[in-house]
Amino acid sequence: MFKIVRKEVLNPSVKLMEIEAPYVARKAQPGQFIIFRINEEGERVPLTIADYDRDRGTVTIIFQEVGKTTKMLGSLNEGDEILDFVGPLGVPSHLEGYRKAAVIGGGLGTAIAYPQAKKLHELGAEVDSIIGFRNRELVILEKEMKAVSDNLYITTDDGSYGQKGFVTEVLKDLLDQGKQYDLVIAIGPLVMMKAVSELTKKYGIKTIVSMNPIMIDGTGMCGGCRVTVDGKIRFACVDGPDFDGHLVDFDEAIRRQSMYRKEERQALEEYECRLRGVQNA
Amino acid sequence: MPNMSLNKTKMPEQDPNVRNRNFFEVALGYTEEMAIEEAKRCLQCKTKPCIEGCPVNINIPGFIKLVAEGRFEEAYDLVRESNALPAICGRVCPQETQCEMFCVRAKKGEAVGIGRLERFVADWYLANRKPKDEKAESNGIKVAVIGSGPAGLTCAGELAKMGYDVTVFEAFHVPGGVLMYGIPEFRLPKALVQKEIDVLKRLGVEIKTNMVIGKVLSLDELFEEGFEAIFIGTGAGLPNFLGIPGENLNGVYSANEFLTRINLMKAYRFPECDTPVKVGKNVAVVGGGNVAMDAARSAKRLGAENVYIVYRRSEAEMPARVEEVHHAREEGIIFRFLTNPVRIIGTEDGWVKGMECIEMELGEPDSSGRRRPVPKEGSNFIIDVDTVIVAIGQSPNPLVTSTTRDLETNRWGGIVVDEKTGATSKPGVFAGGDAVTGAATVILAMGAGKKAAKSIDRYLKSKREQSQEQK
Ligand SMILES: Cc1cc2nc3c(=O)[nH]c(=O)nc-3n(C[C@H](O)[C@H](O)[C@H](O)COP(=O)(O)OP(=O)(O)OC[C@H]3O[C@@H](n4cnc5c(N)ncnc54)[C@H](O)[C@@H]3O)c2cc1C
Ligand code: FES
Repeated sequence: MFKIVRKEVLNPSVKLMEIEAPYVARKAQPGQFIIFRINEEGERVPLTIADYDRDRGTVTIIFQEVGKTTKMLGSLNEGDEILDFVGPLGVPSHLEGYRKAAVIGGGLGTAIAYPQAKKLHELGAEVDSIIGFRNRELVILEKEMKAVSDNLYITTDDGSYGQKGFVTEVLKDLLDQGKQYDLVIAIGPLVMMKAVSELTKKYGIKTIVSMNPIMIDGTGMCGGCRVTVDGKIRFACVDGPDFDGHLVDFDEAIRRQSMYRKEERQALEEYECRLRGVQNA
Repeated sequence: MPNMSLNKTKMPEQDPNVRNRNFFEVALGYTEEMAIEEAKRCLQCKTKPCIEGCPVNINIPGFIKLVAEGRFEEAYDLVRESNALPAICGRVCPQETQCEMFCVRAKKGEAVGIGRLERFVADWYLANRKPKDEKAESNGIKVAVIGSGPAGLTCAGELAKMGYDVTVFEAFHVPGGVLMYGIPEFRLPKALVQKEIDVLKRLGVEIKTNMVIGKVLSLDELFEEGFEAIFIGTGAGLPNFLGIPGENLNGVYSANEFLTRINLMKAYRFPECDTPVKVGKNVAVVGGGNVAMDAARSAKRLGAENVYIVYRRSEAEMPARVEEVHHAREEGIIFRFLTNPVRIIGTEDGWVKGMECIEMELGEPDSSGRRRPVPKEGSNFIIDVDTVIVAIGQSPNPLVTSTTRDLETNRWGGIVVDEKTGATSKPGVFAGGDAVTGAATVILAMGAGKKAAKSIDRYLKSKREQSQEQK
């Protein structure tokens, strides 16, 4: 069992939890992820490691309540325990040797981009961060990102905060103003990562994206997480989750992500229905 | 008087057309009377060829004699001396190519139902007796076992019996390896696997789940933590794909993914359990081994109307257990032999809608001794399917080997060991099971685990002696 030692609400649907998992904390590095399972009936769900504290033996995760499992996790409180928490999985991000980086986070992707920006900053790189959200209410980690960035740009789709528009527009403006980067990291929804990769390809800037396909084991055993990179099958859980954005087949990834949409909705509806039943009882 | 019937005593089974809609066990097992009747078919011959055919050399005539006499508990104890997981082996071993193949009775009629009797004594014991506490006195020496499949569990059990403090590290949230995530409930009930593992725990084996070795701890770190020897039994979990166009379409699974969703994550109980699995109306399973049979029969149980086994060789070359092929047929699985997929065809929005195949014929024998299938030019045709399950084998998982520099592997990722001892190229590290051989069988994995346990004991004893001499 793994204890939740801290819980924070970052925005109406995004929560942060610090979990006691000393073994994972000892080895965790930016870019890696964990897989958790809440209870015996639960599914295995991957989440990126947002932060870790080796001394306290804790790992921080940040998640959006999108389906049944993340909603259930969000309903737990400090002191509660979850059944399984395994990691660190995946290959750590390669962040050494860059001088000027643009780190781009889309929505919840910001939580995954944060440890990377932090690491780059610690390694002495100049970091420009661009983070985008649908609206002001959903903005997360502004303070944290600011602390590790030389420049921080925020966009919202509706213009309710920061600049109105998409992260790609800011990146394009910066590039057109003559900003030079030797690395772009883009983390967020697949469509956003695709758009960034298409843009940076034109400018010839190396771009790393973080793939988050459906996973089960996270150890290279099922192949459910496969993505096509440079025409070859790669398993995101063991070969990634970071890949060269210019080589990823995003259209296929977008399609594969939708494989269980119906079942995901069904599970969520039944869960919410049961919750209402309990509340009404 | 021996029972001279030419046929095995029939084992009750669920009706094929009922069972292909549920996940309950297919074969229901012998009653005491049936077991005694079958045991009496054994002639207790002097030569005991069956023992030679058993990879762990169970005293087969010995335990069968005890069954014939109704002394079931003693029969169980005798089996357990050589086999730590008899309820499992009785169900999944390929007896027809092992013990039963050598049975004198098989010369005329059917062999004695050795597997069925093994299963019977184990089930009888688990149902009627409380497992004994067999904990040996600890010698204080720590040994780590990586992976809790049959190889790891057997090695751990043997070492615990000798007094070692054994910790098993398992990547998944439950121990058992393929027994839990691969082989379906209807062939090997999970509660039973759990029971056999509990028997091992009573020997003092500690099992730590959620520990992916290579990621959370390296082999060298295990040594630093005070483990003096390590056994690697990480299996062959890496699924092979066909490498044909369309393999990433929605609706294409590796057998591992399909079976893991169903067995480990209990997708057949969705939405009561959270993990879903999608099975269409027409399903093609590519491959001819046990894995393919399990995937096909699971698909049928989940409601598929037509399930095809697409296999590139002929029936004679199929590696699956004969009983599984027979059961699959009874349940309505359709076999397409000498057929090989060349392309999976998708709809506009990326879902499987068909699979193009080519007919094959058998040519000259290849390195495996089986006749090589060669495509018949121009014989392409399309089968209408909406789900494709790829069950063409697995390779050893590279997680441990890729993070341990001084561990030698062969071309296809298997760990190189000394055949006699199971010792790897890294001092103090031993390996066995599918991680060494590639996908094989439960009993061979167990045999390797047992052998390695003996070698580890020898290695640690000589290490002690050496350090004593130095003092
Ligand atoms: C669907 C299916 C049906 C089968 N049917 C039969 C049958 O009827 N009869 C038969 O004899 N054989 C059958 N087999 C083959 C048989 O199951 C295997 O040969 C046997 O399980 C191998 O045992 P093992 O202990 O070597 O590995 P496994 O059973 O594969 O166990 C390996 C374990 O190690 C764990 N592991 C892997 N990497 C790590 C790591 N880095 N850290 C920690 N843990 C790790 C895995 O999670 C797993 O639990 C079947 C296999 C499958 C897949
Ligand atoms: S999640 Fe199963 S192989 Fe990656």
